[in-house]
Parts: sequence; C-alpha cells; structure tokens
Amino acid sequence: MTISPNALDPLRSSARTTSQVQSAKGSRAVRNFVTAMLFLAPSLIIFILFVFIPLLKTIQLSFYLTDPIGRMAAFNGLDNYQRVFDKKELLNSLQVSFLFTLYVVPSTIILALFLAVLANARLRGISVFRVIFSSTIAVSAAAASLIFSFFFNPSNGVFNYLLDLANLPRVQWLVSDVSALPAISGLTVWLQLGFCTVILLAALQGISQELYESATIDGAGFWSSFRHITLPMISPTIFFLIVVQTLSALQTFTQINVLTKGGPVGSTNVLVYLIYQAFYFNSQYGIAATMSVVLFLIMLVLTIIQFGVLERRVFYS
Amino acid sequence: MNETEARYPWWQKILLYGLLIFMAVIIAYPLYQAFVTSMATATETQTYPPKLFPTTWQFQNYVDALEAAPLPRYLLNSIIQSSLVTLSHLILASLAAYAFAFIDFKFKNFFFLIFLSTMMIPWEATIIPNFMTITGRNPMPFCSDNEIFVGILQFIEGLNIINFTVDPAKLTCAFTFKDTYLGLALPYMATAFGTFLVRQFFMSIPKDLHDAATIDGCSRLRFLATIAVPLARPALGTLAVFSFLQTYNQYLWPLLVTNDKNMRTVQIGLTMLQDQENMQFQLVMAGVVIILIPTFVLFILGNRQLIRGLTAGAVKG
Repeated sequence: MTISPNALDPLRSSARTTSQVQSAKGSRAVRNFVTAMLFLAPSLIIFILFVFIPLLKTIQLSFYLTDPIGRMAAFNGLDNYQRVFDKKELLNSLQVSFLFTLYVVPSTIILALFLAVLANARLRGISVFRVIFSSTIAVSAAAASLIFSFFFNPSNGVFNYLLDLANLPRVQWLVSDVSALPAISGLTVWLQLGFCTVILLAALQGISQELYESATIDGAGFWSSFRHITLPMISPTIFFLIVVQTLSALQTFTQINVLTKGGPVGSTNVLVYLIYQAFYFNSQYGIAATMSVVLFLIMLVLTIIQFGVLERRVFYS
Repeated sequence: MNETEARYPWWQKILLYGLLIFMAVIIAYPLYQAFVTSMATATETQTYPPKLFPTTWQFQNYVDALEAAPLPRYLLNSIIQSSLVTLSHLILASLAAYAFAFIDFKFKNFFFLIFLSTMMIPWEATIIPNFMTITGRNPMPFCSDNEIFVGILQFIEGLNIINFTVDPAKLTCAFTFKDTYLGLALPYMATAFGTFLVRQFFMSIPKDLHDAATIDGCSRLRFLATIAVPLARPALGTLAVFSFLQTYNQYLWPLLVTNDKNMRTVQIGLTMLQDQENMQFQLVMAGVVIILIPTFVLFILGNRQLIRGLTAGAVKG
C-alpha cells in the first residue's frame, strides 16, 4: 500500500497541533507557576525572613560563642549544650515548666468541659451564659496578671479573705516559693478557660441529637450517655486541646514577667523566662539560643508522643 | 442559635440554672472586682475584708491613671500596630489564598506545606534572631548629607516607621526598626492560619465562575478584588477580629523591641502603672478597665466571627 500525500497530510497536521498544544501547555504551566509565585510572594518573603531564616540562625547560634551584640565569635560545637545542662538553673527551669504544665492543662480542660456541658443545655437565656463563659478570650495575660495581683495580696486579698471565712490557714501566695507557682497556675487556668470552653462547646454542638435520643430510649441516663456518646465524640477535640494547651503552657511568659520575675528563689523561673533573661539582660545569645533549641526539641518530642499515645485512643467518626 | 428549648423536669431546670449562675459568677468575678476597685478610693483598696461592692464612684481614678502613664499614646500605638498587622493579614492572606484556590501550579503541595509548617514553629525558636534583626543597626548602601535626602529620612522617622542615623563626618547612614511601628508589626504580617481560612472560603466559589471571568478578560487581580473578596467577607471578618485581638494582646514582642517611652504599647504601658513599693490598686484597675474596653467592644460586636475563627482551627471539616 502506498501512502498518498493526501493521507499523510492530516496526520502531519495533527502531529503539529499536538506538539503545539504541548508547548502551549508547557508555557502555560510556567506562566501559572510564575503567577502563583507573585500571589504568594508577599507572604513567602515574610515567612522566609522572619520564620525560616531565624529558625536556622537559632540552631546555628547554639553552636557558637557569641559576643555581647550577638555576633558569632567562634564555633564551639556542643560546648553550649554541655554548659547549659551543667547549670542547675536549666534543670530547675525544666522542672518548673513541667510542673506548671501539669498544674494548668488537666484542670483547664476538665473545668472547660464542665462549663461546655452546662452551656450546651437548651434553656432560655443560655446565650448570656455562653458569652460570660467565653469572656476571658478578650482578656490579655497582662491585664489578668494585674487583676489577680490584687487578689493575691497576702494581707487583704480576696483569696486570703475566703480562707479566713473557711477557717483555713492563710497562704502567702506570690511571696512564698511554695505557693507562687500554683497561684500563677490558677490565674492561667482562668485565663485559658474561655478559649477551651468555646472549642469544646462547638464540638458538643456538632454531636447529633438523634444519638442521645436513641440512647434515652434504650434507658441510658446522663452519665452513661456522657461516657458512651459525648466523650468518644469529642475526643478528637479534647486531644487537640491537650496538645495546644501543653505547648502554650510551656511558652508562658507574661504572667511570670508581670508578677514574680521568676522568683521567689527561682520557684517560677520557667524555661522561657530563663531564655529571656539570658539574651535580653545578660546578652548571652549563644546560651539563650541553645536553651531555645532544647525547648523546641522538648515541645516537638512531647507533641509526637501525644500524637502516638493519645491519638490511638481518640475516636474519629 | 435558633435551638428549640428542651423540656427538662423542673428540678433539673433549677439545678442547671443554679450551676450556670454559680459558674458565671466565678468566671466573671475577677472582671467585676477590677471594675469595683477602679471606682474605689485609695484607702478602700487597703481595707479588710476587701470591698466586694462599690460604695463611691471615684471617676478621678481614671483621670489619674491617664496621667500616671501616657495611656492614650499607648492606646494609639497599639491600635496602629494592630491595624497594620490586621490590614496586612487581610491582603496577604487573600492573595495567597487566591493562588491556592484558583491556580493550578507546580509544587502547590510543597508550598502548602511551607505555609503549614510556619504554624508548627514556636516563637521561641525564632525570637532571638528576630530581636537582633529588628533592634540592630543596619548600614545603608547609599548615604548623603544632601538636604532633601536627609529631609526624606526625617519625614519617615517622624512617622515612626523606620529610624535613621546619619553620620555626616564619615558619610555613613544606618537604619533600625527599634521603637517603630514597622518593627512592632513586620515579623507578624503574614498568616498561614488566615490563608487557610480564606482559601476554605474561596474553594466554595465555583471554578467555572473564575474561568469565565478570566476568559472574558477580567484580570486575576480584578477577579480577586471584585468577586472573590466580596464573597469571602465572612471569612475576612473572622480573620480581622482574630488578628486584631491577637496583636493588641501581644506582650513579649513589644517589650523587646520598644524602649522609647512614647513607643510602648498598652500591655507594656499598663504594667508600668505598677509601683512596686506603693501599689495604687485603684489606678492599676482603672488602667486595666481602660485597656480592656477596645477588646470587649470587639468581643461583643464580633462574637460570632471570633468564635468561628477559634473553632476553625480546632474542628476540621
């Protein structure tokens, strides 16, 4: 069979169009990429300059000796890490930070769960209570600290007044190294309650009423519905709150700086405050960066553990 | 909030209302007491038992608080800083969200991950280099003692955007962001959270609408400005309330990058009302009430937006 030029022609022309389409596609892909980059550029520039480069620089600083204005003077390997862990201060701060997290996170979430269940009741005027329960969202940590400093006053503060009324011994609150950390934890619980309640209430409202209705028909009471329906259904949200609140507790700074400045005798000297003192007051940038890396790694490991251990117990519908 | 009222037995109703009122009193008490104390005389703040109800109305406390620290100036600073960050979040998030929602480009997933990862990096891992960048003196590549040039520099400095030092002898110029509005806002001007929030909204706009508009010669930017952004108003409202509140309540960053008495923000200025030896609680509480007013107005007016924003981060779907 001979192939006539006529038969070839359409074939050739169609081949030409495919390659044209391909090259058009290729140039459109390039054009799309360039356009997308232009739209992303403002955000990307900020992220690169103020998140990614600083993160790498913090890690780099932690391996260097630094001069008083933060310039890297000499590479000294893991010396900073050794120096940091040799000091009693870091170990003390680690202990304080963990203790603080332990005081704050479980009590905040349990209390917030109680508030959210209450605020989920379908009653007249419930929205007023919802607004009040979430009101601490609007309060800054600095304002909350100042308000509570009035309550913690050992001679005429409201907390010692309540203890007097209950015939219990008075507490020195922020003045004593025994009670300062629990006192700051208490005010932090109050401050975080609004946020946690809002999140949990939204999760509760997402549960279908039919589940409860069929449980009631089966004769389940409040507790049994709560244990077998509510808790499993909101377990992803509780898990989310545990992770977020743990990270935020480990980074608490404002309350400490306003109320105790790490004292008395280091009893509230959380890790972030130690880092702040190291670079802001003592200009030990290398040491401060080393401690930042340590805290970063601790938070990373904790989050991974929480994902590994807790997430398996979480129920995703 | 058009929920049907559930039928509870009368004793359950009483129990629920009792618990709701009891918890509301506990949650609201600190704010209530701050207000009462802000209206008390100096001697009334020293009495035992503490005054739980107002007996006098000392509006003078507010006047005194405004004089003790330049609170109006701090309020102005905080509002400028928060507005800068909020405006930048709205613009940058809309631009980036447009790229993620409407453009098919190579490495989209990679860039998405870049944005996501900025939410995982804690601030203490970046704050030391950022502090050095913002407060450091950076030499300028060109310099002149030309009157017009110096005049322009002084004009920019007068707006508190960038501070300059010109050394006419050596003819070297340097600039710093220390004690400027730009220094307060710059590292926080991009938002991954906001980008995802707006993108989620853009995804609900039919892609056909976008394709038809752009084929008809409507440029991408015009589509974004005239069609996408108006449609995404609820998401942008949420982002605005959220960003403003977050920036207004910032504490550590303004503490680090402002030293000039006139450039402090409210959260720092407020704690300057603390007089360690002779704490004037009525003045401190008046200051607390003053700085809480803007956030509470925002909290009440933007309650729905705020709660949508908070839950968007937690409850996926």
